Amino acid sequence: MDELEVKTISHKKLLNRLYKKEAPKFFETASFGFFVYLMTDLVLFASLFAVYAVLEGNTFGGPSGQQIFNLNNVLIETLALLTSSFTMGLAILSMKKGHRNKVLLYLVISFLLGAVFLTIEMNEFSHLISIGDSWRRSGFLSAFFVLVGTHGLHITVGLIWMAIMFFKVLKSGLSESNARRLTLMSMFWHFLDIVWIFIFTIVYLYGVLGL
Amino acid sequence: MVFASVLLGKLSWQVFPKDIVTLGAFVSIVAGGILVAALLTYFKKWGYLWREWLTNTDHKKIGVMYVILSILMLIRGGVDALMMRAQQATAVGASHGVLSSSTFQQVFSAHGTIMIFFAAMGLMFGIINLVVPLQIGTRDVAFPFLNLTSFWLFAAGAILINLSLGIGSFSAAGWLAYPPLSELKYSPSVGIDYWIWTLEIAGIGSLMSGINFLTTIIKNRAPGMTLMKMPLFSWSVLCAMFLVIFAFPILTVTISLLFLDRTLGTHFFTAGGGGNMMMYVNLIWAWGHPEVYILILPAFGVFSEIVSTFSRKKLFGYRTMVWALAAITVLSFSVWVHHFFTMGAGADVNGFFGIMTMIIAIPTGVKIFNWLFTMYKGKIHFNSALYWFFGFVILFTIGGVAGVIMAIPAADFQLHNSLFLVAHFHTMIVSGVLFGYFAGFTYWFPKIFGYKLDEKLGIKTFYLWVIGFILAFFPLYILGFLGATRRINHYAANLGWQPLFIVAGIGAVIIAGGVAMGVWQQIVSYRRRQEYKDKTGDPWNGRTIEWSVPSPAPYYNFKAIPVIHDRDAFWVAKQNHQALVSDDDVVDIILPKRAPVSFILGMCALVFGFAMIWHIWWLVIVSLIAFVVILMVRLNDEKPYEVVTAEDILAHEKSLKTGNVV
Repeated sequence: MDELEVKTISHKKLLNRLYKKEAPKFFETASFGFFVYLMTDLVLFASLFAVYAVLEGNTFGGPSGQQIFNLNNVLIETLALLTSSFTMGLAILSMKKGHRNKVLLYLVISFLLGAVFLTIEMNEFSHLISIGDSWRRSGFLSAFFVLVGTHGLHITVGLIWMAIMFFKVLKSGLSESNARRLTLMSMFWHFLDIVWIFIFTIVYLYGVLGL
Repeated sequence: MVFASVLLGKLSWQVFPKDIVTLGAFVSIVAGGILVAALLTYFKKWGYLWREWLTNTDHKKIGVMYVILSILMLIRGGVDALMMRAQQATAVGASHGVLSSSTFQQVFSAHGTIMIFFAAMGLMFGIINLVVPLQIGTRDVAFPFLNLTSFWLFAAGAILINLSLGIGSFSAAGWLAYPPLSELKYSPSVGIDYWIWTLEIAGIGSLMSGINFLTTIIKNRAPGMTLMKMPLFSWSVLCAMFLVIFAFPILTVTISLLFLDRTLGTHFFTAGGGGNMMMYVNLIWAWGHPEVYILILPAFGVFSEIVSTFSRKKLFGYRTMVWALAAITVLSFSVWVHHFFTMGAGADVNGFFGIMTMIIAIPTGVKIFNWLFTMYKGKIHFNSALYWFFGFVILFTIGGVAGVIMAIPAADFQLHNSLFLVAHFHTMIVSGVLFGYFAGFTYWFPKIFGYKLDEKLGIKTFYLWVIGFILAFFPLYILGFLGATRRINHYAANLGWQPLFIVAGIGAVIIAGGVAMGVWQQIVSYRRRQEYKDKTGDPWNGRTIEWSVPSPAPYYNFKAIPVIHDRDAFWVAKQNHQALVSDDDVVDIILPKRAPVSFILGMCALVFGFAMIWHIWWLVIVSLIAFVVILMVRLNDEKPYEVVTAEDILAHEKSLKTGNVV
């Protein structure tokens, strides 16, 4: 080995050593920063909720929520999403105990439940569009599609993220960086769950009551 | 034809501008770009520019890039202002002025958008980038890669808004694009789409910067620096970033909904179909009012540092200053309706928002008095940075009083959308925000570049700005009282307004002289940089720890992170004849790697925005996929850091002392 090579190798070792020392702090900073990001996302949803509240009554001759919401589907959606949040929590617990295979299993279950949720939502949307009640119909439907659709878009991102994490854990196990990413992903997933509770209550339940 | 419309969307040969003003502006910007590129090629500086600046995650370099880009945008917006002044000074009676009415509308829309989003916001993020990590004792921001990406999103927005000069047209609906005018039915051209995507891209950059600096200040302060020992500038930034993370998502939502209205036919703000256009005005000001405090709070912080340093006294009433900042932060979300008292929300609603607006003047007044008491019995050193404070404290108070007048709903019904309002908010934003960042730039310049700016030219710049400002905007207060509304492009001769408009025009020219003087100050100071060299790293006898490192601040900031025991930690250490850190404390560290990916992401966003504006859907998909894939590849890098050994640091410190590095 020539001198340069020796230097590169020792440099790499030094980087690993120093990085290892800083890693817990990076983890903490990343979690905090990601939490702040989630709060900005929450403000985004809050704005959309406000828009929905203003436009809810503006049906402009089109259907109201009472006429188009199907609570049976919404119940299945809610149960699927809440359960997937639970299994995501189990995945993180297994991660902390170092059970790689259990993490993979729970990721698959969470993914499938999320996919069930998304499928039902897509069905609802395509049904509404097919009977002519798209976002073009009225202010109410615009607000409905965009609020619920934005949540659905987030769920889609979450599912893609989960798929990527599945393959990462499969490939390199529960490394420090994978553990960090899994933690952030679970925060994201729980956050979407909380937003859904509000959509479920404010959009669907109140909508069906016709308040 | 079908093929062409799929390939090019709405683009065609018709999109190039026909009027001479816009075309001239676009040609001169392109020519300027070509000239810079030619100079870079001639001096073989492309590699240097790429490695040391465009892809460098060092917060100081990013800050400098923000400041340069903002000054360029300030000049662009300033040219718009000169055109507006020329129009209003000449378009009287039989004359219809120098601009066509459609150009005039684009000019005032572009002026507002550029000045707020690219001049003021850019200067703010520039100064924050330059100073905050040094002031709180950390080597870089919490997320350096994100920081550089935010800059490139900001730059992508800036490029996009300038593209509208040459390709298509810009919004003609004012800087906030109220519907229904901004809806597709009444603004069918791409102007509003340029506005939407410029702000969407730059706004997400700002939001990411907000998250970044909030995290940096909360998590990365030097050991011992509790929040109540943090220098006031950093406090003001913390409050401003808090506002950013709460306000900017609202902007993103609002303009996204406008985009959906225009592109997918939703009915959020349309006049028919169950839309509600006043909801837009509420939403945009729920972002817009906090936005003006986002701009002003860090300027308050800058003045706090400067007044204290040049009075050789600790800041009077530090705690009340912090509480005043916090009060403004909270209250700024409860005043937005004062922008449209005339909406007709009723006396109760208007009364509430009027009172809240008056209340917010109280913490601002607290700050003014604290600055004055800081100077009282201090040893005042008349530095050019302090001159900006003098200009600020007088003009800002006048503008503030004008604001309190308009907070009375009954008075506002008369003054709404008059030139009185225009004069008011220019007083706040020019003499508040701009003067603040000019002062901050003068003050921290030696820390970044290693030499001081020329004092005499700095003072001349200040006088040109202040005199120009008074001439340009005080006539507008009077014109507002006389009934002149904003954005008029023509008025009758018998109103007798022309002399005042001419005075305002002269004022604008003097301000332009101030900008030119500022540029000249840079050139002269650079040529005399040996003479003005800051050898000690502490040119102003400073108080906070950024002055404890050599100038220019080394790339790792601190050779070792100091432990903080006091609010004015460096000042106390100097009084006790102690150093904050010694060479024995230096250890091996890691710093973030360069990130060419940030630049590429910014360019993807630029292409994405352009494709969205022109409805080139295939390019939208391609650029979006490119953005996501490139981002993921980068996030896959496990350790984007490189080692700086203790020997490297000590060698660099030594070279700074002997002056081998300029």
